[in-house]
Formats: sequence, structure tokens, C-alpha cells
Amino acid sequence: MSAESVQPALVRELTGRRSSRFRSGDFLVVIAFLLLAVIVLCALIPATLAPHPPNQQEITKRLLPPSWMERGNSAHLLGTDQLGRDLLSRVIHGARISLIVGFSALVISGIIGVTIGLLAGYYRGWLDDWIMRLADVQLAIPYVLLAIAIIAVIGPSNLNVVLVLAVNGWVVYARLARGQTLSLREREFIQAYRALGARDWRIVVQHILPNLLSAVIVVASLELAGIITLESSLSFLGLGIQPPTVSWGYMLADGRTYLLGGAWWVVTFPGLAITATILSINVLADWLRDVLDPRLKI
Amino acid sequence: MNGPPLLDVDDLRVEFPTPRGSVRAADGVSFRVWPGEIVGLVGESGCGKSVTTLALLRLVRPPGRIASGRIVFQGRDLLTLPAQEMRMLRGSAMAMIFQNPMTALDPVFTVGDQIAEVFESHPQLHTNDVRSAAAAILERVRIPNPKAQLKAYAHQFSGGMAQRAMIGMGMAGKPSLLIADEPTTALDVSVQAQILDLLRAIRTELKTAIILITHDLAITAQLCDRIVVMYAGQVVEASTTRELFRAPQHHYTRGLLDSMPRLGQRRERLAQIPGQPPDLRTLPVGCRFAARCPRAEDRCRVEEPALTSSRDGREVRCHFPLEPR
Repeated sequence: MSAESVQPALVRELTGRRSSRFRSGDFLVVIAFLLLAVIVLCALIPATLAPHPPNQQEITKRLLPPSWMERGNSAHLLGTDQLGRDLLSRVIHGARISLIVGFSALVISGIIGVTIGLLAGYYRGWLDDWIMRLADVQLAIPYVLLAIAIIAVIGPSNLNVVLVLAVNGWVVYARLARGQTLSLREREFIQAYRALGARDWRIVVQHILPNLLSAVIVVASLELAGIITLESSLSFLGLGIQPPTVSWGYMLADGRTYLLGGAWWVVTFPGLAITATILSINVLADWLRDVLDPRLKI
Repeated sequence: MNGPPLLDVDDLRVEFPTPRGSVRAADGVSFRVWPGEIVGLVGESGCGKSVTTLALLRLVRPPGRIASGRIVFQGRDLLTLPAQEMRMLRGSAMAMIFQNPMTALDPVFTVGDQIAEVFESHPQLHTNDVRSAAAAILERVRIPNPKAQLKAYAHQFSGGMAQRAMIGMGMAGKPSLLIADEPTTALDVSVQAQILDLLRAIRTELKTAIILITHDLAITAQLCDRIVVMYAGQVVEASTTRELFRAPQHHYTRGLLDSMPRLGQRRERLAQIPGQPPDLRTLPVGCRFAARCPRAEDRCRVEEPALTSSRDGREVRCHFPLEPR
């Protein structure tokens, strides 16, 4: 065995890491990635993937169970709802609105929150006091209650749902960005840049922002799950996505009365879709955090 | 020590408000630095060394503030300079390097990017080939294979290399004054010697004056032309290195020198200065060192001595300075 072939093995053993970027738990990451890829595909081309139009009703085929069960119909793989609409098609179509609403609310609230948090943390003073008290006030109001109150005033529409979710979300980013900024601005390298004559905005944008970004991305991915859940809850309450647009939350709300009648599939499949999306996003977020940290790169 | 000084600090006071009264971390600090000389700023922790140098760059953190005094650098009063001009001064005419090189580099950028940043901050350093300029900087601080090292991250550098890179960044604008805040404290002894050699070489090559903050007298003996000793926020003695080591005039300096281990001398215990430095919030009347001073008399506990200079250019803050032996 030559010295060169020993070394990587030795390094691996000493550092406890494989030289490849993938590490343990990667099986889960691959599954999550594939799952999310399928969901994104559904969001992109629902009409091609779905066997039926999502709102096509066939009253004679109402509440058919999934095809593998007794009484099941092979044309409706996951069964039908109370109006005879194909559940599989509806779940596929629901992906689009969930992801669009989730991501746009996420991006809006992330940009607003991180900007506010950076400014508050870097400049401190009255700006910091006001912003953080406002954040405290908002945190004291239950999430869903605030959303209901806002929707009640501005009325339910697909755009308003995004706005409400964004308004709900900024606090988390602001607090995170502020906290990170507070600790980063005391770090020696920030002081070193100041001593080398760097401008304030450059320090904030070039050095503080990238350093807190990996934390923000991890929180954002967790938030994405939360936003999708909240969107589902709002739709469930009839305040979110309005029919005929299909959303998973609305499907849950719509089908819940039939749960007791034994038609479990009407709520189970949209519920599973929500769970799968959130779970895979969380797993990928966790993986992303590891990859983004330059200290873990070999 | 001919001609006008490069830096003239006069009666500098830096205050930090605390719930129990304001603390004067620097209380009437005065010293001068001439072009191209290396001045050691020594004193124990909390004596105001770092805060004094941060004040030179006007980087004292709020709520701390420069309460009074004058800092004249290259003929300009820094305390009245507009903020924008002060910023341009940092990194071009005056630069600072810090104690812990491993945390003084941004962990998410490559070393090359960070050096490039210095060029971005100062229009007069503008160059079309930032990469070559950055590599030249690493070469100047004797980092081997500079072109390849530009792509390295901070954590891939050793402490010594990181400190070299920091010195390089500080020297990018060819400043006439470099402030080094305990540049070798975090490094091991052999690397320490290399960094000190590098500082000495920089002074020779670029005629940069250096203020070296340290609490290690051995380093000042090796490197510095003059030494300024601080105690409890004040300068207590300033003199050339040779004179200071040969015949210290202040009893505090004497105590510091006596507490240094020496080669060829066997002792059970090193000498120490009894007691603690005073609490800056409740300073004693009179001399701040009186409580620990072997020579203190009643006058010392009543009347605060002034910093007085003698004919040979030495300065001491003591009623009963030590006579040369």
C-alpha cells in the first residue's frame, strides 16, 4: 500500500468525515429531494400529470374509496370526494398554490425582516427599540388570530393571503437577523474592517449579511413549512385560497365532515401532501445548513 | 526624534458611562510618535492601552466616547475631522491589526476577496488587476505561494499566516502609522518571532511608524525604539527602550522589570508588585500607584503627580522618581 492510498483513509478516520460532500443521513436527503422534486413537478405541470381536471364533478361517483380498496375505481387512484372529483388530480393541482403562496410569502417576509433586523442590530438606538417592541407586540398576538383579523378587514383573496403570511413572518427574521448582527458586529473581523476604513453599508451588506445568511436560510426553510401550514389553516377556515383554486388546506376543510362517515381518504391525502412537503423541506434545510458552512467543506 | 512628530496625542480622555458613575479608561493620556519609529505601549490589562489606540482611529464603541483631548496626526486634528475623511484615513494613512488573527478574518470569504476589499474601500488604491495586487500583498508579508493562497478561507490559514495576511491588509495602503494591538499574544513563540521580524522589516522597507501594544516587556525590548508605560488610564513613564531597561524612573516600571524572568538567574519565585490596580470608578486621591508603591509617602496620597519631562527627553509621572543606578 503506497503512502498516497493510506492518506485519505487516515484523514477520513481522523476527521470522522468522508471526503465526499454527502455524509450520513444522506439517504434521507435523497428521498426528501426526490419527493420535493415530484411536488415541484406537480406545481409546474399539473394538467399533464393529473388524470382528470381538478374541478370535474361526477356526482354518481361521489366518495369512491382509493382504487386498491373494495368498491374502488381504477380511474380514481386515490378515490373521489363528496362531489365526485378525482382526489389525485386535486392533490396534484393543489401543489402549485401551496408552493407559490409559500415561497412568495417567504421571500417577502424574509427580505423585510432581515433588512429591518440588520438595521436595528447594526445601528441600535431608538430604531432598534421601536422595531423590537413592535415585534414583541406582534409576537404577543396569536399568529392565526392576527391573520384572521387582517383578512377580515382586507377581504380574502389569493394575493391577500400572501400579504398576510408575509406580515406574519417578518418578526422571526428580524429577531434572528438582529441577534446575529449584534454578535457579528462585535466580532474582531468587523472591527478589523472598520479599522481598515470600510464603509458602514459595505460592512453590513458584504460582511454581516453573508455571515448571517446561513442561519436565515435554515430558519427560512423551517418557516416555509410553517407558512404552508398556516396557508392550509387559513384556507381551512375559508379565509385563505378561494375556490375554484385548489389548495390542500381547503381540501382538508372541505372534506372533514366526511371523515366520520368513513371517507378517511378525502382528508388523508391532502394532509399527507402537506406533511410530505414540509418534511422534505425540513430535511433539505438541515442538509443545506451543513453545505453552506464553509468550515465543514473539505 | 527630530522634526515634527507624526502623531501627537495630548491629554486624551476616553469615558465610558456606567450605572455607578463614568469610568475614564484613558485619563489624560499624552504621547508622541515620530515617523518610522516603533513605540511600545505597555501596561497590564485594563490600563487603557487598547482604548487609547481605538480612540486614535475614532473607533471607541458607544456608549464610550472621547471626552476631551487632542490627537494631531500628520498635522491634522483627528477629533475635528469629518467622519467621511476619518474613514478614508483608516486603512490608508493609519491602520490597525488585532490580537486574534483567526477571528480577524471573515470566515465566509476567501482571503483574496478580503484583501480585494481594502482596495475597494479606498479609491486611491484602485487597480485593474486586484488579484495580482492582492497576491503582491501576501508576497510582501512572506506568505509562500501567494496566488494559490488567495483562494483559501480563513480557517485554512494557521494563526501565523492569518496574522501575516492581516498585516498585509493593514499595509495595503502603505500607512505611515500601523497600530498593532497585541499582534503576537495568540501565537506560539516561534511564530511570534517571525511576526516581530516581519513588523521590523515593514518598518525598514516602508518607513512605517508602529505602535505596538503589549504586556510582554521582552517583546518591546526586542522591537521598540521607545516605550510608553501606562497605568490606570495614564502614562506613567515614557523613554527610549535602552534607557527604560537600564534605569527605569517610575516605581511601577521598576516593578514590571523586576517581575520579568531573566536567563542565568535562579529564583524560587519571581518578584511581584503587591496589590491590585485601582478601580477606575473610585480612583484614589493623589498618585494612582501610591497604594502599591514601595516609596510612597504622605505627599503621594494627597497630591497627584504630573507627567514631567526631563532634559534628556524622558517623561515620568512621579514625585520621587528613581535615580539612575
